[in-house]
Amino acid sequence: MKIVVCIKQVPDTAEIKINPETNTLVREGVPSIINPYDLHALEAGVQIKEELGGTVTVITMGPPQAESALREAISLGADEVILISDRAFAGSDTWATSYTLSRAIKKIGADIIFCGKQAIDGDTAQVGPETAEFLGIPHISYVKKIEYIRDGVIRVQRMMEDGYDVVESPLPVLLTVVKELNEPRMPSIRGVLASRRIEIKKMGMADIEAREDCVGLKGSPTKVKNIFAPERRKDSMMIDGTPEEQVEKLIEEMRKIKCL
Amino acid sequence: MPIIIKKDKCTGCETCIESCPYDAIEIKDGKAIINEYCNECSACLSVCPEGAIIKKEEVLVKEELKEREKRLQDYSGIMVFAEQRDGKVAHVSLELLGAGRRLADQLNTHLSAVLLGADRSEAEELIKWGADRVYLCNNHSLRTFNDDPYTDVLSKVIEEYKPSIVLAGATPIGRSFIPRVAARVRTGLTADCTSLEIDKETGNLLQIRPAFGGNIMATILCPDHRPQMATVRPRVMKKGQYDPERKGEIIELNMDEIESRTKVIETVKETAELGVNLQEAEIIVSGGRGVGGKEGFKLLQELADLLGGVVGASRAAVDEGWIPYSHQIGQTGKTVNPRLYIACGISGAVQHLVGMQSSDIIVAINKNPEAPIFNVATYGIVGDLFEIVPLLINKIKEIKGLS
Repeated sequence: MKIVVCIKQVPDTAEIKINPETNTLVREGVPSIINPYDLHALEAGVQIKEELGGTVTVITMGPPQAESALREAISLGADEVILISDRAFAGSDTWATSYTLSRAIKKIGADIIFCGKQAIDGDTAQVGPETAEFLGIPHISYVKKIEYIRDGVIRVQRMMEDGYDVVESPLPVLLTVVKELNEPRMPSIRGVLASRRIEIKKMGMADIEAREDCVGLKGSPTKVKNIFAPERRKDSMMIDGTPEEQVEKLIEEMRKIKCL
Repeated sequence: MPIIIKKDKCTGCETCIESCPYDAIEIKDGKAIINEYCNECSACLSVCPEGAIIKKEEVLVKEELKEREKRLQDYSGIMVFAEQRDGKVAHVSLELLGAGRRLADQLNTHLSAVLLGADRSEAEELIKWGADRVYLCNNHSLRTFNDDPYTDVLSKVIEEYKPSIVLAGATPIGRSFIPRVAARVRTGLTADCTSLEIDKETGNLLQIRPAFGGNIMATILCPDHRPQMATVRPRVMKKGQYDPERKGEIIELNMDEIESRTKVIETVKETAELGVNLQEAEIIVSGGRGVGGKEGFKLLQELADLLGGVVGASRAAVDEGWIPYSHQIGQTGKTVNPRLYIACGISGAVQHLVGMQSSDIIVAINKNPEAPIFNVATYGIVGDLFEIVPLLINKIKEIKGLS
């Protein structure tokens, strides 16, 4: 079984703040982590390898700094890691990212591809399904349980709004996973040692034979026009005074709107 | 590269570096330079005290411009993907029709809907809710959602009828197959838009959504590809006017051979966790990191019970494990619009604000006077929630004659 897991290195978004004076993001000192959903994707891949045999290849598209996320993936059970990196890939939106990932996966080859359901920085949940489309293979989103894999068929539970669907697909397939699927393991000592020694393979434009007009900012159909902080509400008012006075005034206002 | 730094004006003060969300500005030889990570988002333009950063508009040769215009001109109208559940049109579809109608009127164009796996009577409902035309494919196998056939049918409709804008719900269904459609028809897709407007100059769709983990808002464009595709989360848009007399056209699509690699074996309904119906609630008492733990949420529950409301939470509180995910409000949780929203110990990251800022009245209780939650609050109270909330509870009990 050849398993490929796509991960993304993201800023720990809970640590990002906005500078109230300049209305710009303050990212200084914000640590980089593996996207939390991707840890569940990796765990799923490693568990299947342990049960059915095979290899787990972890790939990420990003700048050279993303190597640290790949080393961490080795400590968590990956066999091989590949950094998909090229100056030409910078500025990719989900379409261009998915195209680029699909080119790399075509070169690597895979029976099952795992992705987290979304990344916590963009929260789009688009790259998994789009990558499957570029690969010309089926995908199943929000996988919360893998029931079985046999005779080239996988059966899983897909989380929906009001329950779940049991869905079957032939291999190869791409799955995006939710946190309910498993509990990611802690790094093993052997894994940590291996993560220091591992040679990180790299793939660039030439290696994946990508079309220039399909990658990076140029290949991205969507463009960021501007970014901004939300405006202050016009009818906003502060209630001052001692806590007793504040509560008194609040009660008065709540009565006015008939919430009391 | 359209963002340019004028070397003669740059003093190397580094002010711009922090403003860039993409780490795309570096200092080299005492001057700022833009590297390849630039996304042209323009965040740096206004922060430069010297006015040294400028945006150079893309200059296209006349022929290119003409060709682009011609290509885009083939596309017109707004198309909504209308989801159904068990053959009945879902609420989110009506919300999309509301938004779509508004945009269509602004652009003076038509609004269509695509309905799969439902009867003609449901298609007629869509017309009464604002659609001019409905593309209906009532093949029984489409009653249950399945990525492959949904992708095939919607892609074919788009390729044939060439809408300029396609809107879909950011539900589990929409989020699963709409990206496949965008990849197939080679166009951009913006997820979870909280606001959709038309650029008056170009007629392009301005797609506004939270970015960077929901810490700031971004306006996204899809200038050179059609259709412009966007998903919108349930309850973000208001449904439009229902007109029982409204007339429109229903076009039935014949898709005889619908094939699918994925098969849905079984659909299992699970009843939602008891006691939380955030989206229907009139009053929500919500807690964030400042609540400090499970104990703190008991206090909020007491207040909610007294007011006949329910308890909500920010992502931070849910991530801490103080309260289940079903209570989460915000971009990655639920979108709510109660009559009264009381935010306790919630700082107000954008990703939370987008899920609750359309509430009628917002009360914010927070220790930090700089907390962004106060920007959206109708009433702000700077104070300790563990002091304010118990006082509030006692006072309400007094009023209700419970103490």
